[in-house]
Amino acid sequence: MELNASLSLVRPEVILSFSALGLLLVAAWREQAGRLISILSVTALGAAAAFVINFMMNGTNSSAFDGLLVNDAFGNFSKILIFIAAAISLMIAPRFLENAGAMRAEYPVLILLSCVGMGVMVSATDLISLYIGLELQSLSAYVLASFVRSDGRSAEAGLKYFVLGALASGMLLFGASLVYGFAGSTSFAAIGTAMDTEVGLGLIFGIVFILSGLAFKISAAPFHMWTPDVYEGAPTPVTAFFASAPKVAAIALTIRIVLEAFGSQILVWQQIIIAVALMSIIIGAVGAIGQQNLKRLMAYSSINNVGFILIGLATGTEQGISAMLVYLVIYVAMTLGSFVCLMQLKDKDGGYREEFADISGLSKTRPALAAALAIFMFSLAGIPPLFGFWGKLVVFNAAVAAGLLPLAVIGITASVIGAFYYLKVVKVMYFDDAADVIVESDDKVLIWTGGVLAAANSPLGYFAIPALGIWTAYAARALF
Amino acid sequence: MIGIEHYLVVSSILFVMGVLGIFLNRKNVIIILMAIELILLAVNINLVAFSVFLGDLTGQIFAMFVLTVAAGEAAIGLAILVIYFRGRGTIAVDDVNRMKG
Repeated sequence: MELNASLSLVRPEVILSFSALGLLLVAAWREQAGRLISILSVTALGAAAAFVINFMMNGTNSSAFDGLLVNDAFGNFSKILIFIAAAISLMIAPRFLENAGAMRAEYPVLILLSCVGMGVMVSATDLISLYIGLELQSLSAYVLASFVRSDGRSAEAGLKYFVLGALASGMLLFGASLVYGFAGSTSFAAIGTAMDTEVGLGLIFGIVFILSGLAFKISAAPFHMWTPDVYEGAPTPVTAFFASAPKVAAIALTIRIVLEAFGSQILVWQQIIIAVALMSIIIGAVGAIGQQNLKRLMAYSSINNVGFILIGLATGTEQGISAMLVYLVIYVAMTLGSFVCLMQLKDKDGGYREEFADISGLSKTRPALAAALAIFMFSLAGIPPLFGFWGKLVVFNAAVAAGLLPLAVIGITASVIGAFYYLKVVKVMYFDDAADVIVESDDKVLIWTGGVLAAANSPLGYFAIPALGIWTAYAARALF
Repeated sequence: MIGIEHYLVVSSILFVMGVLGIFLNRKNVIIILMAIELILLAVNINLVAFSVFLGDLTGQIFAMFVLTVAAGEAAIGLAILVIYFRGRGTIAVDDVNRMKG
């Protein structure tokens, strides 16, 4: 295909790359322009999202660069979600980072570069472009985790994330090299054709390695051990980013590679996905019980949610994939909202609090914040009538329709265990004695984003169901 | 005659050594960085060997990409290590434990 035609299909990524490089130049001359560059970055994300929406409206579905990338409804849907999540993590960050003395212009630039990587990840149809996208995203993320250089916890989080992330990339690559060798090609379509006839031991090893590497990236058990440490140590806006956008990208990538490359051999990968999903749900639910730090609690909650999302993939049906996408949208809204609430936990000296003891009796001193946090916790626990319930409902519905009844039963049982710690947060806020350490937040951006996300998770979110259903079904159809 | 299986055995041994180097090493974070490089080089041996035996250039192109990314990865890893050392004054693996739960 002609170069110009290919370039026009990756316009969002091109815009983001050039804005990142341009803004890096601005940053080199005006070191204090962190806020301005954040605003410009959000604008760039908006422009990129506008192009993606345009592609989606036109129903574009064509591959670029000789089959390295594809521009289809599935990728575009994920990209919109990723860009929105990244824009929110850009908007909520400046106050927090200024407080830590780290509002440097590199923060928005790194987020933009990470978004380029995620854009490549969700549209990759070749092992090489998959790897490049994944690394661009991960390398930016390692730096973001250790962004507050003066904080020992942040540096330690960056170090741990780097070592385990590099190990995960190594495993994924080893798997990719085996799949290349035994299938004879790096393109997903050709791998799929090679797997139609029979699957040898070499290919099975390759698939297992690739899936383990991806499980690391989406923080699914048994490869979840980095998540609590990194989520606790990284600056809170960065944690909010990690829990939303990269997770969407890595899950979308997993869906695409599993269905397009390994799709014909469902028996090979289905049992792996089921095992990983169940382990994530159970470990996420049980591991969170003893935690005192709220950011660690959210880390276990994200492990738990990834398990529910993977149930949709285990079905391998169009209904399952569209259910996953519905759950992903709701999950992003719930997690970002919870982190926005956690970022408002400031004491009177301006320090950020993140322990259970600090939110004790929050409903008496800060009723609005406590109510918002309670909405997110009930929603994460999947209690009707909040919106989080709908995500769980569609995923379990798809699992039952695909004949995976035992999986659905175990999942629902474990979600009851998980409800324990979500409800504990609510109990501590509403029924314990007031600790009175949290003061009124004056950050308008946090209050507004928190309010909007809380409204989306409240029963008001049900108005979005018809639109969400149509879009996710449309996106899922692109893969079948 | 050296066949594809010999290359695979060598690369698998290197890969396992790299993974063990990350998990068994109790001394120094620099050694972990070396172990990561070892894993990536094991992958490169695989890719180049497959490329030659399949008569297909893609594997060698892939190996070039892996090398490039490995260089970037090492640079970022060392940079994070420098920040960490500034704050803590040590890079012993056993001391990376401020957060536990």
